[in-house]
Amino acid sequence: MEINVQEFKHCDLLAINGKVDSFTAPDLIKAIEELQNNGKYKIVLNMEHLEYMSSAGFRALLIGQRNSKRYNRGELVLANVPQKIMDALELTGFTPLFKIFSDITTAVGNF
Amino acid sequence: MRGSLSFLMRTATFPASFNQLDNIREYVNIFTKEAGMDDPGRCAVEMAADEACSNIIEHAYTGYSSGVIECTIEFDDDSFTIVLHDHGSPFDLTSVPLPDLSEELENRKIGGLGVFLIRELMDDVKYENRGQMGNFLTLKRKISRIK
Repeated sequence: MEINVQEFKHCDLLAINGKVDSFTAPDLIKAIEELQNNGKYKIVLNMEHLEYMSSAGFRALLIGQRNSKRYNRGELVLANVPQKIMDALELTGFTPLFKIFSDITTAVGNF
Repeated sequence: MRGSLSFLMRTATFPASFNQLDNIREYVNIFTKEAGMDDPGRCAVEMAADEACSNIIEHAYTGYSSGVIECTIEFDDDSFTIVLHDHGSPFDLTSVPLPDLSEELENRKIGGLGVFLIRELMDDVKYENRGQMGNFLTLKRKISRIK
């Protein structure tokens, strides 16, 4: 798994590339945490090149969202979610917890 | 050709550590393809195997660094079966309570999510502790299942 972060005026764009499972999920948690520790709570998660995500990844998303939404400091939104991951998010009841966008421009525009 | 070879078992042994999950998924993927499963079915089996092995690694082998998971795959025209065998502490995931998926953000619990996924994605899940022989988790999914 590879993480790329791009700073925008009103949010940060974090691209999750590759596979997120129990082995790599801690790195995702860390990457999101790092942004938040620097006062960046408005984050677009770009899943365009996300090949796989298990519940370990969902946990990372949940932890990140809780931190961002606490005290209304911001939120995590999802962009370019691959269909099979969308199916899993729906199955596990995660879709109500995140705004989901079909492209980056609209996602960034959310902020 | 397919008729006579339609019932075959394949076994591979993996170190029980998270860095092996990619190898385990790859192994499973080879055979879901050979079994002629459609993409949703293959994704379902891949994820269920990952979640199940993650649980074994986390719960059955806490503290051990040298445990292994033996993964046996069998399939025929009707169904695809994975048997995961480990020698760790008994962990009966079929008795884990299901998470409440309607809870709001702050109250949402992740524990049990993997187990929930395994039960949703597979048609049959059986756990057996055979004492000294170890733990056997059998995951089965019908090849013809639609989503």
